[in-house]
Order: sequence, then C-alpha cells, then structure tokens
Amino acid sequence: MASPTAAAASGLLRFNEDGGRLRVELLGRWVVANAEVLDRLLGAMPAPDGRELDIDFTAIEAVDTVGAWLVHRTAARWQAAGGQAAIRGASPEYEVLLGQVAKADRPAPPRPKKLGPFAAMLDRLGRRVVYIWDDTLRLVSFLGETVAAMGRLAFVHPGRFRLTSTFAQAQAVGIEAMPIVGLISFLIGVVISYQGVDQLAMFGAQIFVVNLVAISVLRELGILLTAIVIAGRSGSSFTAQIGAMKLNEEVDAMRTLGLDPIEVLVVPRVVALMVMLPCLAVFADFMGLLGGMLMSWVTLGISPDVFMNRLAAAVTWKTYFVGVVKAPFFAVTIAVVGCLEGLRVEGSSESVGRRTTQSVVKGIFLVIVLDAAFSIFFATIGI
Amino acid sequence: MDSGGQDHPIIRLRGIRNAFGAQVIHDKLDLDVRRGEIIALVGGSGTGKSVLLRTIVGLNRPAAGSIEVFGQDIMHLPKVERRLVEQRWGILFQNGALFSSLTVAQNIQVPLKEHLGLKGPMLEEIAALKIALAGLPPEAGAKYPSELSGGMKKRAGLARALALDPEIVFLDEPTAGLDPIGAAAFDQLIADLRDTVGFTVFLVTHDLDTLATVCDRIAVLGEKRVMVVGTMNDMLEQTDPWIVEYFHGPRGRAALDAKARADARRRD
Repeated sequence: MASPTAAAASGLLRFNEDGGRLRVELLGRWVVANAEVLDRLLGAMPAPDGRELDIDFTAIEAVDTVGAWLVHRTAARWQAAGGQAAIRGASPEYEVLLGQVAKADRPAPPRPKKLGPFAAMLDRLGRRVVYIWDDTLRLVSFLGETVAAMGRLAFVHPGRFRLTSTFAQAQAVGIEAMPIVGLISFLIGVVISYQGVDQLAMFGAQIFVVNLVAISVLRELGILLTAIVIAGRSGSSFTAQIGAMKLNEEVDAMRTLGLDPIEVLVVPRVVALMVMLPCLAVFADFMGLLGGMLMSWVTLGISPDVFMNRLAAAVTWKTYFVGVVKAPFFAVTIAVVGCLEGLRVEGSSESVGRRTTQSVVKGIFLVIVLDAAFSIFFATIGI
Repeated sequence: MDSGGQDHPIIRLRGIRNAFGAQVIHDKLDLDVRRGEIIALVGGSGTGKSVLLRTIVGLNRPAAGSIEVFGQDIMHLPKVERRLVEQRWGILFQNGALFSSLTVAQNIQVPLKEHLGLKGPMLEEIAALKIALAGLPPEAGAKYPSELSGGMKKRAGLARALALDPEIVFLDEPTAGLDPIGAAAFDQLIADLRDTVGFTVFLVTHDLDTLATVCDRIAVLGEKRVMVVGTMNDMLEQTDPWIVEYFHGPRGRAALDAKARADARRRD
C-alpha cells in the first residue's frame, strides 16, 4: 500500500481512511510533466476491499488531459475491482475534461503475436527468398516493358521520342561524369603500372608492364570501373528523381494525361546512358593507358614512344572491342534498375532513400555478374 | 510562471518585417493574441499567413520587429530557455509533418520522451490517449504516416501537437482537406479542448465554418500588415472591399446562416 507519507510528501495527493471509504484528495498540478510520479503514487494505492473511493478535486491546482485520464483510470480500476468510486468537487470544465477522457479511454488494440527466435529466423528467410524472387521477376518484366516502349518509339511513333530530355540526360550522365571517370581511370592505370613493375622485375620482364596495363585496362577495368562509378552516380540519381516525382504524384498525373511514364521518364534515361556509357568507356580506356604510360616513364624510363610500340604489339582491336562492347549492356542494366527502383518508391521520403540504396547495390551487383558472364562467353568463343 | 498577468497578451508582435529578396511580405505588422482565445488568421493567397505563423514559432527570422510569447522576447532567448518555451506550444503543420520513419504512436511519443524523459508503459498509454482524443481509431497508433489518409494524418499531427498539453496550439489550415463532418468534429474538438484544458489557439484557415463557429476573434492579413482584428460581427461591419467580399460572399453567408440555424436549434 502507498505509504501516506510518500503521497503527502509528493504534494500531489493525500489519503484519508474513513472506515468504509477511502478519500483521495488531489493537490497540486496534475499535468503530463508529473505523469510518472502520479502513475507511481496511484499504482501503489490500497486495494478496494469493497470500500468506496472518493476522489476530491476541490484543492487541485491544474489538470490536463493526462492528469484527467489518470483520475479516470484510477476510478475505473477501482470499480473493476468491485468498489464504488465517485468524483467530487470537480468544476464544470473538469467535468467536461473527464467526460472527454472517459470517451477516449478504450482497450488497447491487441499486440501482434511474437514468433520464437527460430521461427522468426525461418520467417525472415522465407520472406527474403520470396522478396528476391519477386524482385527478379519485376526487373525482367520491367526490362521487357522498356524494350517494348523503345521499339514502339523507334518504329511506330518516332515523333513521341523525347529528344530534348534525352540530350539533357546525356549531358548529366555523360559529359558531367567525365572528370570523375577520367581521374579514376588515370589513377588505376598508375596503380597497375606501379604494382606490376614490382612483380615483373622479379623475372626481369619489366617491359611487359605495357601488356599488363593495356590488357587489364582495355578488357576489364576501364569499362567495369566506369560502370560502377556510373551506377553510383547516375543510377542513384535516376531513382531519386523518379522517386521524388512519384511521391509528388507527378507520375500519376502523367498517366492520367495519357502519357506513359516509361516512354517519358525511362526511355530517355536508358537511351542516354546507352549512348554515353560506351563513350565514357573509350575515355576511361584512354585515361587509364595515359596513367600507365606516365607511370612506366617515371619508374622504368619507358618513353612514350616505346610504350606506344609495345602497345601496338600487345593488343589487337579485339582486346579493345571486348571491353567496349560490354558498355551498352551495362548501361541498360544500370538505367533500368535505377528507373525501376524510382518507380517503386511509395509512401514516404524514407522510401526514396531505401530505394536509392537498393538501386546502387543492385546496379553494381548486376554489372559485375554480367561482366563475369561476358568473361565466360568470350572465353568460350575464344576471344 | 509567466511574467505579465492575465491581461498581458500571450503573443505580442510588434513591427514585424519579413522579406524574401526584394519581395516584402510583412511590414510594420502588429498583433496581440489574448490568453485562452481562439484567434484565426485569414487573408488572400500570398499574404503570408503561413510565413507569419512560422515567424512566431521561430522557423523564420524576421528582418525587423519583436516577438514576445509568454511575455518573453523569444528572438533573443538563450537555447535552454527556448527549449522550455517550445514545450509550452504545439504546432500542427499543414500536412501533418509526421516523421515518416516512425509510427503514429511513436510520433506522439517523441515530445514526451524528448522533453519529459517519460518511458515504459506510461509512454504508450499516453500516446493511446492522445490518439483517442484526436479522434483516431486505436489501430492507427501502429500505422506509419504513409498508410494514413490525409484527414487521419491531420488528426495524428494534432495528437502530436497536443502531446505535452501545450498552452498555445498553432494550427496551419487544420480543416483543409477534411470532409465536412470530419472538419466540424475537428472544430468541436479544438473548442472543447480549449474550454477544458484552457489553451490558446492560433490558427490559419480559409474555412468559413471554422471562423463562424469556434473562433473568438479573426485577424485579417493584407497590405503587408494585420488590417483588422475583431469578432465575426466586427468583420461583417468592415468596408474594405476584400473583407466584404470574403465575409459577405456566398460562402460567407452560407456559413453564417448555418451557424444561426445551429444556434437556434441549441436554444430550443
């Protein structure tokens, strides 16, 4: 039972035992700031034992909704435990407040059942598998829709193709990406050359550093790094742009105006990236070779002349082609993933963030998977 | 607790000037809000109603002028004291402005946790109470804002604004986008809470029914200042063409007729 001293010391309520009645005098400020203290004091009240409860408002200073609700709850619990409860001395305003709070008091909704740890793990695993399967289907179907829309625009309604938008996108994804793509490729050329020289020196074959740089940059690294940078840079921006439009109901507005969002939003982005990514790959190849050349000049004294001669001997047009031919495929992957994730945004701004992350992660993952598939393919046909 | 007695205005604006670039929104704007009243701010589009509301609560710093709330000059309050003032008001933004990563119940718990440090079941029970007081069904507590309709978002926003039982409630177009029944219930809720908890309500609205039924005073914004402040009856006697058009137009008349009929019914 609540010690009457503790209650009195709080200055918020006072108990008076009087045979068959328990009188509770409310004092001070019954407001949300005191909610915890009040809850503790009331929680430690004596049991009814068939007694009557009188709650006396006469001496109270202030009541807000939480205070009123605590009073109401106390009376309701007392009654539920078999006692009589009455509220006395409440001013008309407090009566209204108590009435409102009484109306608002209702059983809390049942909490959802919790699974055991093992079942929860299975549950998560199952959901994950279904989600990934669902995601794959969605991506394939969206790729199909996009290709169909591109076909429609190319052969049936060429006038509906958005040229201006495509150029604007090409500017954003291509031209503006040149500094970062160029810098990264240049540094990669430098690094390969620098690391390669150390290893090749053990065999006295330093000169083969040209082959190492040329083949790794042209076949793999130039295009792969470009694609990864673009997935991070443009894939994410596609998702965020389209996602924000989706939240703003612009995409819905388009549909109601008879515009196909895939034609208007997706195709220009896919086409722009398909055109620009190969160009960026060529640029990246060039910058990578430049970095390798400069580094071999500095560390080995291989002059640019000699480098170019070795380069001509080391690579054929096939080496170069094998790299650049992958670019349009990577471009479609990145653009389609980015746009699809953007269109899947719904509800809140938080969803834009989640979808953007998804877009970059999936874009990079798929680019690397595709690259591996290309390697196997080229090996099989013997290029 | 406050400096100033009952007669001192709870909000006092003097010489407020707001400008965005060359565009002046408010100039030499004065306004007093009395303790315990429901005051509405009306005005045409672009007269800066929301800007004024944002200025009072400190989201927008005026170029000139002074703002007193609870008798304190809030533009020059130290951070700690400002936090105390912020606990004493609640704001309902136009679209609710609920935190989208939190459920409705968690949204309501934010101020309770942040300012009062409440925890445990008490927190959940108070959130449930506020949800009910705002007229939301109990299931709404576990939902995320993106799963709610526009009207429910508004009610959830109100529940959050009322979480600390504030002394002033700022409402930005509280009934816009609600159905008439919902809007009337919302008005009634505000009026009831004002009568019981005794807070002051400062609202921006275009809803003539709200103006006619629950507002004690109306402040008309125009010509970069508060043109007139007064009761509905005062408004009807104004001669300014815009005010005449606003309150004597077909919608204004309909709202007043409806109120007159409702009052007559109550008397019978």
